[in-house]
Amino acid sequence: MPTEAGLRRTPLYEHHVALGARMVPFAGWEMPVQYDGVIPEHVAVREDCGAFDVSHMGEIDVEGPRARQLLGSLLSNDLGRIGIGEAQYTLLTNERGGIVDDLIVYQLDACRFLLIVNASNADTDFAWLRERELRGSDVRNVSDQYGLIAVQGPRSLERLGLEDAPAFTFAEGEIDGIACMVNRTGYTGEKGVELLVMAEEAGDLWERVLARGAKPCGLGARDTLRLEVCYPLHGNDISPETDAISAGLGWVCALDRDFTGAEELRRVKEQGPTERLVAFVMEERAIPRQGMPIAEGGEVTSGTHSPMLDRGIGMGYVPAGLAGPGEEITIDVRGKPRRAKIVQKPIYEREEH
Amino acid sequence: MAASESYPDDLRYHPEHDWARIEGDEATMGVTWYAQDSLGELVHYEPPDVGATIGKDTAYGEVESVKAVSDLIAPLSGEVLAVNQKVVDEPETVNDDPYGEGWLVRVRMSNPSELEALLDAAAYRKLLEDLA
Repeated sequence: MPTEAGLRRTPLYEHHVALGARMVPFAGWEMPVQYDGVIPEHVAVREDCGAFDVSHMGEIDVEGPRARQLLGSLLSNDLGRIGIGEAQYTLLTNERGGIVDDLIVYQLDACRFLLIVNASNADTDFAWLRERELRGSDVRNVSDQYGLIAVQGPRSLERLGLEDAPAFTFAEGEIDGIACMVNRTGYTGEKGVELLVMAEEAGDLWERVLARGAKPCGLGARDTLRLEVCYPLHGNDISPETDAISAGLGWVCALDRDFTGAEELRRVKEQGPTERLVAFVMEERAIPRQGMPIAEGGEVTSGTHSPMLDRGIGMGYVPAGLAGPGEEITIDVRGKPRRAKIVQKPIYEREEH
Repeated sequence: MAASESYPDDLRYHPEHDWARIEGDEATMGVTWYAQDSLGELVHYEPPDVGATIGKDTAYGEVESVKAVSDLIAPLSGEVLAVNQKVVDEPETVNDDPYGEGWLVRVRMSNPSELEALLDAAAYRKLLEDLA
């Protein structure tokens, strides 16, 4: 339901307001940025369990005898590597090898796939697929039919009463009698699920998940969590102007296949990219932010304060010759040069005991 | 533990949500409860240099939460005598105790007549009511 400002609201809007969330505009939606505070929410997901309303994300259903052929020609990864009940991280690419969107494709059956895409790109993606539809492939935007709740953290499965299952699989399931699609995916680097539920039942599911001890978490913590584990954010770190090879996403591009932009990506890979997306940690007290120049070339595409490291962290494109772990770079923090060091991704990794 | 909302009567306030405590020709400055609550937990304090000259109504430093950067606006002009190293090391001190342990700078006032332009606690509370 749109607000006066033209912002859309998820089925959980009233629940967020009742919890005292701070609501902000995001990608055309009115979303909770935090409830209790970014840091306690972040820590809850790293140590226990947090729940996020990600109902703003888009769902696109692609069905028909030629659904696989359509997606195979438009998505970068090899769909042949997954079967029914499995999911795959992949890219929708343009002719220049740029990234229209990054998304997860779920294979529902032999002739049916569900794409869960970024909120800000849902309309673009849908239009892109529709324009290229083949006879025998039906593309439908089903975003309004569903709510999506991410439950993430080392205790998330235990709290939801779910068995462990391999990452990037899914199954029909239920939580306290509420039917949902239980996806073993997420955007935090922690074990967890994303629960796709009928929009009218999303509120009940949210209440059940919170009653089971998940801490409500906003988009603020979602951003700090994903950046600590170096998951790119479309619109910041990747875009239609950046290619998958430079972004370090060559591993989701099956370059032995033909898909939109594959030729250009093969060329970039062969010649080597001129810039690479790297992760860095500040060596001095300072918080890098999107758009800050990097003295050695390039700029910060995402930056924040890492609650786990208690330091400034970020990602950005730097000249390929300087992209190795250990290289020192200098971030221009509002006119002040601040030293940072390039690190291996991910920036944060749980210590295994 | 975050402090509960308060605006002590012995302080003078600047409409940009900064406070000053006057002792002789010196003033201690910080941000109000409202400012720290709006920003959320602070994770960085960029202080001025000791000895620097700061000017009323202009930025003398910055504080940052995870999501946002905010300029610190000087309620009064003067020379910086001290910065609070505890807040540099543990910026969340401002959230815990904005008027005590969470002070930001101490200055020697260069123009004490500027005090007349600042708000008392009642006037500042009124300003906050009008914002709501």
